[in-house]
Amino acid sequence: MNNVFVYCEVTEERGIADVSLELLSKGRKLADTLGVGLEAIVIGHEVKDLEKTLYPYGVDVIHYADDKRLFPFTTLPHTSIVVKLAQELKPEILLFGATSVGRDMAPRVASSLLCGLTADCTSLEIGDHEDIKTKEVYKNLLYQIRPAFGGNIIATIVNPSTRPQMATVREGVMKKEIYKADYKGKLERIDVNKYVDAADFVCQIIDRAIEAQKVNIKGAQIIVAGGYGMGSRENFKMLYELADLLGGEVGATRAAVDAGMIEHERQIGQTGVTVRPKLYIACGISGSVQHRAGMDQSGKIISINTDPDAPMNAIADYVITASAMDVVPKLIKYYKENSK
Amino acid sequence: MSFRIVVLAKQVPDTRNVGKDAMKEDGTINRAALPAIYNPEDLNALEMAIQIKEKVQGAEIFVLTMGPGRAAEIVRESMYRGADAGCVVSDMKFAGADTLATSYTLSMALRKLAPFDVVLCGRQAIDGDTAQVGPQTAEKLHMPQITYAEELVKVDAKNIIIKRRLERGVETVSSPLPCLITVHGSAKECRPRHAVRVMRYKHAAAPNELAQASEMRKAKVQADKALQIGEWTAADLDADPARLGMSGSPTKVKKIDNVVLVHKEAKRIDGSDASVNELVKELISTHIIG
Repeated sequence: MNNVFVYCEVTEERGIADVSLELLSKGRKLADTLGVGLEAIVIGHEVKDLEKTLYPYGVDVIHYADDKRLFPFTTLPHTSIVVKLAQELKPEILLFGATSVGRDMAPRVASSLLCGLTADCTSLEIGDHEDIKTKEVYKNLLYQIRPAFGGNIIATIVNPSTRPQMATVREGVMKKEIYKADYKGKLERIDVNKYVDAADFVCQIIDRAIEAQKVNIKGAQIIVAGGYGMGSRENFKMLYELADLLGGEVGATRAAVDAGMIEHERQIGQTGVTVRPKLYIACGISGSVQHRAGMDQSGKIISINTDPDAPMNAIADYVITASAMDVVPKLIKYYKENSK
Repeated sequence: MSFRIVVLAKQVPDTRNVGKDAMKEDGTINRAALPAIYNPEDLNALEMAIQIKEKVQGAEIFVLTMGPGRAAEIVRESMYRGADAGCVVSDMKFAGADTLATSYTLSMALRKLAPFDVVLCGRQAIDGDTAQVGPQTAEKLHMPQITYAEELVKVDAKNIIIKRRLERGVETVSSPLPCLITVHGSAKECRPRHAVRVMRYKHAAAPNELAQASEMRKAKVQADKALQIGEWTAADLDADPARLGMSGSPTKVKKIDNVVLVHKEAKRIDGSDASVNELVKELISTHIIG
C-alpha cells in the first residue's frame, strides 16, 4: 500500500499552518494503522524551519517546491504541482486543511485526478467496506465522517476504488501532537519548472490585506458562547463581560454569525472553529449537530436555554432552564461576589 | 458584440430552518417538510452577474440549474431579478451524483452553451456545504477560478478583477476570461424581484411544466421565445453515462447515522438567584473557574 500525504499550507509568516500540523498528526496515526509512511507536500517560497517543524510529526518525506511565484498561494500552479506529484507517487490518502486555500484547490485536484473528495470531515478512521450490490469487500479504506443535510445526519463516506482517498478537515478538529521529537525524514526538492507552465500564472494577485489573527478562541480555557437566541449584537455584550471576568473568550453559533450579531472568527462548529475548553457556557444555543461537532469535547458544559428539551442539554453537565438574558447577569454578579 | 454570463444556481431544501417535523419517526429526513429555496449564495452570484451585465455592453445572463423538473422555478425567479434566459438540466440518470459527477454534468451543459465569458455560482449550497462543484466545474473546462468572491472591482471583455474574502482578510485578483467565480455570502445581497420583470416573465415555463399548463399559457409561451425555459437531458448533453449520477460518483455513502445524543447525567438548575449562586460556588470550589 502507498503512503499518506498531507498538503501543508504556508502561513503569512512563512511557517506551516496549524491545521496542517494537526493533519500530519492524524496522518501519522492513519499511516501507522495502515503500516505505511507519511509524506508532506509544501509549496511556497523561503519557508522557515521546514524540516525542524515537520519531522517531529513523523514525516518521512517532505516534497518541497520553492519558487517566488508560488507564494502567496494561487490556485493553478499549486494544483498542477499536487496533481502531477499524485500521478507519480500515487498516494493512498491525500489530506488538505478545509481553509480558503484547501477548499479552493482540493476540489480542483480531485476533479483532475477523477477522485472522490469529502469536505469538512469531523473524523477520519480506517475500516473495511462491503459493496452492497457486488458483495466485494474493500480492506482498510478511509472512513470520511461528516455531518450532512443540515446536520440532521452523520454520514460515513468511502472511496472504494479511486486513489488517492481525499478529504478536507477544518482547523482544530484534529489534535496537534508531536510524534517523536527526534524523528528524521528526508527532504525532496521539487523541480518547479517541470511541474508548472506559464499558463498556470494567468491569475494575478493585485492586492492583499491579511490581518494577523485577532482572536484565538481555539486556545481559550473558558468559552462563553451565544446562539441566535441571544437576539442581538447588543445582548452579546453581556457575554463579553462574563468572558472577560472569567478570563475566557466569546464564541457563537453559525446562526448568530449569519444574523450579524458577531464576527465570523468566533464561529464554533463544523464550518467554524473546533474548541476543547475546560468550560463551555452555551447561552441560548439549541445545539445543532454542526455546532456540537465543534465543542462536544469540552470539559464541562453549561447549557442555558428556555427550552428544557434543547439538544444542547443532552450533552451538558449543567442545564439551566431559563433565559440567558436573566442568567448571565446573575453569573456575573455571583462570580464577582464569590471570587473575592 | 455579445458577452455571455452563466449563473449556476441550485434549488435546495431549506436546511437552515429545520423544524421538529423535519425528521420522521424512523429517523429519516422528511423532505416534504422542508421548503425548497434558491440556494442563498447562488443569489449573491446572480447579483454579481447583474452587476457585470450593467458594466459590459451587450451582456446577457443565462441561468443553468440541475435538478428535478420543478427547478424551473429557479430560472423564473432569476428572470424576475435580472436574468435573460435559462435552462433546467434534468434526468433520472443524474440521481445520486456526488460533486464529481455533478461538475461533469454541469461542464457538459456549459460546453453545449459555449461560448461564454464568465460563469458564476455560489460558494456552496446549504444542503451539502462542500464548496466543491464550482472549482471542479472550472477544472473540467480548463478555466481559471476565483473563489470566495465578495466584490466585483472591474470587468471588461477580456479580464475580470474581483475582491475575495479569505479567513483573515481580503485579496484582489485579476483573471483573464473565461473564468469561473464562486461568490461568498458576504457579497452584495441580490436585488429583489422587479415588478416589470415579474409581469414580463411570469408565464415562462419549461416543457415539463407546459404539459400541465393552461391553453392560454401554452399559447403565450409558444409565441414568445423569451418565455421558453430550456430542458436538457443526459442525451442532449452528449454525456458519457458512466460519468453521471451514482455510477460517475467515486464517493459512496457507507452509512448514515441518525444523530443520537448520548445523554449525560446533567444537573438541572432553575434560574433563580440562589441556584445560580450555588452553581458559581461549585464551579469555583472545583477549580473549573476562578
